[in-house]
Amino acid sequence: MSPAKKTNSADYLRMYRQMVRIRTFEDNANQLYLSAKMPGLTHMYSGEEAVAVGICEALTDDDRITSTHRGHGHCVAKGADFKQMFCELLGKAEGYCRGKGGSMHIADQSHGNLGANAIVGGSMGIATGSALRAKLMGQDDVTVCFFGDGATAQGLLYEVMNMAALWKLPVIYACENNGYSEYTKTEEIAAGSITARAEAFGIEAHRIDGQDVLAVNELTQKLVARCRKGEGPFFIELETYRYHGHHVGDINRAYYRSKDEEKDWKENRDPIIRFRSWLVEQGIASEEEIEAMNAEVEKDAAEAVAYAEAAPYPDVSEVDMHVYAA
Amino acid sequence: MREITLSQAVNEAIAEEMRRDPTVFLLGEDVAEAGTPFKVLSGLVEEFGTQRVIDTPISEPGFMGLAVGAAMTGARPIVDLMFGDFIFLVMDQLCNQAAKIHYMSGGKLNVPLVLRTNMGATRRSAAQHSQSLQALVAHIPGLKVAMPSSAYEAKGLMKTAIRDNNPVVIFEDKLMYQDKAPVPEEEYLIPFGVANIKREGTDITLIATSSMVQVAEKAAELLAAEGISAEVIDPRTIVPLDEATLLESVRKTSRAIVIDEGHQSYGITAEIASRLNEKAFYHLDAPVLRMGAMDVPVPFSPALEDVTVPTPEGVAANARKLCAGELIHAA
Repeated sequence: MSPAKKTNSADYLRMYRQMVRIRTFEDNANQLYLSAKMPGLTHMYSGEEAVAVGICEALTDDDRITSTHRGHGHCVAKGADFKQMFCELLGKAEGYCRGKGGSMHIADQSHGNLGANAIVGGSMGIATGSALRAKLMGQDDVTVCFFGDGATAQGLLYEVMNMAALWKLPVIYACENNGYSEYTKTEEIAAGSITARAEAFGIEAHRIDGQDVLAVNELTQKLVARCRKGEGPFFIELETYRYHGHHVGDINRAYYRSKDEEKDWKENRDPIIRFRSWLVEQGIASEEEIEAMNAEVEKDAAEAVAYAEAAPYPDVSEVDMHVYAA
Repeated sequence: MREITLSQAVNEAIAEEMRRDPTVFLLGEDVAEAGTPFKVLSGLVEEFGTQRVIDTPISEPGFMGLAVGAAMTGARPIVDLMFGDFIFLVMDQLCNQAAKIHYMSGGKLNVPLVLRTNMGATRRSAAQHSQSLQALVAHIPGLKVAMPSSAYEAKGLMKTAIRDNNPVVIFEDKLMYQDKAPVPEEEYLIPFGVANIKREGTDITLIATSSMVQVAEKAAELLAAEGISAEVIDPRTIVPLDEATLLESVRKTSRAIVIDEGHQSYGITAEIASRLNEKAFYHLDAPVLRMGAMDVPVPFSPALEDVTVPTPEGVAANARKLCAGELIHAA
């Protein structure tokens, strides 16, 4: 990791805090699922925090993102509130989507999150369309399209990258390559190079360590600034790892990946541990300050979970509300 | 009143709305200089420029997806889908994304877009350029479906669609693009969910959509010559459906035939007939009849294609039997 720029201490601490918030959110969501308090299923973002935080910390609330089925991390990183998120996960009326979306469809319009999407690759058109709107209406916001390595097998990506490149749209395609397309190794589903696919459209593509939040953030800041000047689109492949299975119920996964591999990523490449050590080395925060921050986030999460558990479900009369807009 | 073609009516509606609202834009295959293969959009790129009349690559799911994202973030796109048959290509973006986003977001996000496409057989275009697929989209909550039956409806419904805050699919009958009808010079809109009683009658109600409205009107003429008084109703929008007007008519006439150019099985005709049975059963003197396209892929040969769609003579023959109390289907 590069040396700290002294003036950025507040930014660094916010990045750390946001990564811890994601991890803590996911630990609580996982517990809710395991204790059968959460309906449905969910997909944990743990391990990939530096990707969402590094990117979203380079964006403003006016910038848009589209998210995926593994979307809690993007939602937190873009500024969402724990209480409304947990309420949504539990299907409560105070959730971001009044309980109608759930884990796989959380959207937070107020912070520019256009929503998670339960169709793999389903939001690539939406993200590119948001960028088209920015260009047509003369607005300078940038849209980031998050998707996984698995989604690179969807044809839609190539249709929209073609149009984004033809029309120089302010969109950044952020491919979170966590090594697995559901229960299958990426190398078994992706021929050739992923970045070369973007380059074939004349899109500048970068491959980067997705566990290094500073590197992700620095690159994104540069690309966002260039997008605002009309130099988009861009493509980033972020090498990362998901600590849990494809979804919370994917417990016995030795048939597709080894425990040793998981241990190696968790112990040697964890984005939060790495960044924490760096913060201490650089004298930005002491161990005590970091522990205090962690404890505060845990307390926030525990309170939000308790709040959500006690919160009311939507009244059944809401079932046919919001089918059509007024 | 002046008469213009359905094609000109659509063009005028879009041009007027683009002048009124700078967030409205068009995208699709060959919509700019070419003005589409049917020349419906000719002249728009000259007035509004290539920024707002956008030629896309042949990537239907891609540009449909772009429209959804643009609509969610403040624009009002009109997507031109060259043939209704290509709706299968955009199904995920239309039905999984556009139709559900307002609901899934608890009402926070809107998707104000128009998908204009076409329908209609007997143009000798065979199975992949002739389908009438309105039932597919009408089945999905969150979408509205308009089916103009003349230039007048085409203009008024298009303007309403562009101003609607939901995804609206408009099916134009591609055989009617050159058909003229009286269209006022002054601005007007046709509200969704308001049926039009095209002809009043007392013996039987013919409920017909789009291309089938003129079939029903011709059938009514044939029946009138024999002393049978047929009422012809055009629902104009399938979603929302003006059920009240249809029920009122059927309670009066006590007989009905529902005619739509989509395949008969599991179609628009089945849905409407079923609602009449549920809500006007005790007023009926005969079973409500469905008349749709035959349940076969649309054949190429003119000799075969012409027998797949309802005709005025066929509608009149069925109406005659219903009015005479004859059973159409043997028990």
